[in-house]
Amino acid sequence: MKRLMYLAPLAVFLVIAGYFAVGLKLNPRDLPSVLIDQKVESFALKPIKGYDRGFSSEDLKGQVSLVNFWGSWCVACLAEHPMLMKIAEQKLVPLYGIDWREKDPDAGPQWLKRRGDPYTLIGDDPESKAAIAFGVYGAPESFIVDQRGTIRYKHTGVIDEGNWASTLWPLIQELRKQ
Amino acid sequence: MIAETGHFALVLALMVALVQATVPMIGAHRGNALMMAMDKPSSYSQVLLVAFAFGCLTYSHVTSDFSVLNVVQNSHSKMPMLYKVSAVWGNHEGSLLLWVLILSLFGSAVALFGGNLPPTLRARVLGVQAMIAVGFYLFMLLTSNPFLRQFPIPLDGKEMNPLLQDPGLAFHPPFLYLGYVGFSMAFSFAIAALIEGRVDAAWARWVRPWTLAAWTFLTIGVALGSWWAYYELGWGGWWFWDPVENASFMPWLAGTALLHSAIVVEKRDTMKAWTIFLAILAFSLSLLGTFLVRSGVLTSVHAFATDPERGVFILMLLLIVIGGSLVLFAIRAPALKSTGVFKPISREGGLLLNNLVMSTGAAVVLLGTLYPLFLDAVGGGKVSVGPPFFNSVFIPLMLPMLFAMGFGPVLAWKRTDMVEAAKRLKLAFIATGLVLAAMLAIAFDGPFMGIVGITIATWVFMATAVELAERIKLFSAPRQALSRLLRQQRASWGMTLAHMGLAIAIAGMAGAGGWKVERIQTMVPGQSVNLAGYDFKFMGARRAQGPNYTIVEGTFQVSEDGNPVVTLHPEKRNYPVRQMPTTEAAIHTLFMGDLYAVIGDPEGSEGGFVTRLYYNPLIAWMWFGAFVMVFGSVISISDRRYRVGAPKGHASGKQVGAKA
Repeated sequence: MKRLMYLAPLAVFLVIAGYFAVGLKLNPRDLPSVLIDQKVESFALKPIKGYDRGFSSEDLKGQVSLVNFWGSWCVACLAEHPMLMKIAEQKLVPLYGIDWREKDPDAGPQWLKRRGDPYTLIGDDPESKAAIAFGVYGAPESFIVDQRGTIRYKHTGVIDEGNWASTLWPLIQELRKQ
Repeated sequence: MIAETGHFALVLALMVALVQATVPMIGAHRGNALMMAMDKPSSYSQVLLVAFAFGCLTYSHVTSDFSVLNVVQNSHSKMPMLYKVSAVWGNHEGSLLLWVLILSLFGSAVALFGGNLPPTLRARVLGVQAMIAVGFYLFMLLTSNPFLRQFPIPLDGKEMNPLLQDPGLAFHPPFLYLGYVGFSMAFSFAIAALIEGRVDAAWARWVRPWTLAAWTFLTIGVALGSWWAYYELGWGGWWFWDPVENASFMPWLAGTALLHSAIVVEKRDTMKAWTIFLAILAFSLSLLGTFLVRSGVLTSVHAFATDPERGVFILMLLLIVIGGSLVLFAIRAPALKSTGVFKPISREGGLLLNNLVMSTGAAVVLLGTLYPLFLDAVGGGKVSVGPPFFNSVFIPLMLPMLFAMGFGPVLAWKRTDMVEAAKRLKLAFIATGLVLAAMLAIAFDGPFMGIVGITIATWVFMATAVELAERIKLFSAPRQALSRLLRQQRASWGMTLAHMGLAIAIAGMAGAGGWKVERIQTMVPGQSVNLAGYDFKFMGARRAQGPNYTIVEGTFQVSEDGNPVVTLHPEKRNYPVRQMPTTEAAIHTLFMGDLYAVIGDPEGSEGGFVTRLYYNPLIAWMWFGAFVMVFGSVISISDRRYRVGAPKGHASGKQVGAKA
């Protein structure tokens, strides 16, 4: 019995080591959303200043689309912007923008005016209504939504040539076949 | 050439370590003095070779040699010299090189100062040290070589992470590593003792100064880290229970337990297996700390190098080092015989309580740190365990121990009358009661944990002070008190100072945690905000240029009742190479608290800025307390019984126990 006590530290350590071995295979940057494979809750966003159409969950129906959360305050969105312009120029997929948590109603439109507007439609989301519907942690985040308005994939961070070619674009093509 | 020479030196060091890990061990087993004597020259050659390799890498960094990949990825020609040097260890590969450098320094210190160690023990200790070193050399050479070249040679480097470009953080990793690696000494002594099957007072006396040294360095490292978080992250906080902070805190807790249990082994010849276990635990948690930071197994704001392949290697290393030592422990520890017996209420009992609480604390921190991993591994999703868990579990665990800590030093060995002990601390009870009453009178509705924290800090401080006064007979024979004070053993001075330091630090934590005042707002030039009785007047901001960053510097004039106190200049820096902003909080430390200002982004059209202003009561006490603890520990290391040839063998150990 006493001997068993001396074995206890070893047993505890082996359990922890086992978890480490599993943990090493997990990707720490993976932030899964609980909303994946769920229908987007319905929302209707007003247009941003100077635009006449807003963006609502109805616009998502009938085609595979990419929804991008951004804001003029978001530094990483600046880095992502050229890639979004490229996607828009090649008309690869309907790209919807959600201008998130903008304090100044002029800031978003001005940002787009200066750099170019890649979006098919833009909704203004100062109070995080759509952001909550999608389960957004931070900007930029992008979602692939299928024909039935179901969230199929969440991309955290900047979209670049690499992840576009390896993950996002193949998935969009895959979903279109369904 | 320089980089290749460094690489070669590292390979040679591996060869030497392989010899040192085997030959003296076999020699100790066979009783071959010649083979055992290999330990000294190989320790010295190892330290020379690693120091040479380290010098090569430092040279490459200082001269901005961008043909070396490590320099490209972590340095930039425009970085100030201090950071060119600290960039050597501000990255994965370089920090490992620092790790093995420190390991070899400790090893050669044993070879140099271990003249009074029995040759078999010394040979085995250095053999175990070399085994650890072999693991780390292989890890570096196979997965993390700092001397890799880069072709074509880029024009300039990618720069070190701007958050790390800070004087506090330049010295934080070396101290932390001195602490982590320092526990390898206690570990090697423990393994050697398990192999020899003998743990006695002399053994404890050899282990304690090394443990004290490691503990001292780790305390400095942890304190520097929290100080850095306080002024660089710009949120007025100083401890976030982040996995990497926890990784440095767990070995600290285990090391603190080890320090105390080694006293029992030395003076009372008992709690041997437990002490051995703590020595293994402290170093295992240090290795785990390295693993957590380096493998990406947990997400953390600190994880500036995450790489699963290296993680697999470290996991193997952990399995061999920790698993192997625990197997040895399970086989050999039950045979360790103790002679000392004691009642629950005694000095031993107090130290045992300390041990239990400290190791439970370490277990709690370990559980909280690893829980997200456990859950994720079984497919439970991603969670993060935050301060609410740690605060609500860790603090209540520590409070009773802190209360008991006041009693510890007045308890006698073997058995004590609790009532007698309490009577001796009468004055401390009265003082604590007065402080508590005064606090409740001033602020009855004050924060509960703040009031509890200050009360317990007062108790620990006063009980320690009263015990010192008792020991020098300040009240019964005040005339000779001063000369008695000066004749106190350095080790007991160390205890008194370390305990008082902890009390001061806890007062700081309680003050800053309980009474912090914070205001976040947009301010235009000329506007004032009142905070804890101080008027912060925003005078505007200006742009300036630093060596490798641009600055927005704000100016605040702080006054109290119209009398100017200080002018604060917080900065927001932008590092163009990495496109990363950092905040440099402006802090003015007063006796009762820190005035703390941060400038954020411009806001609105009238030259307004987002500003964050804080008043952090007593916070500087925390680091002052840590300084006092370190000072106490250094005094204790200098105690003569660690310097003069320690008496050998079992009988003399008992003799010392009887005297104390």
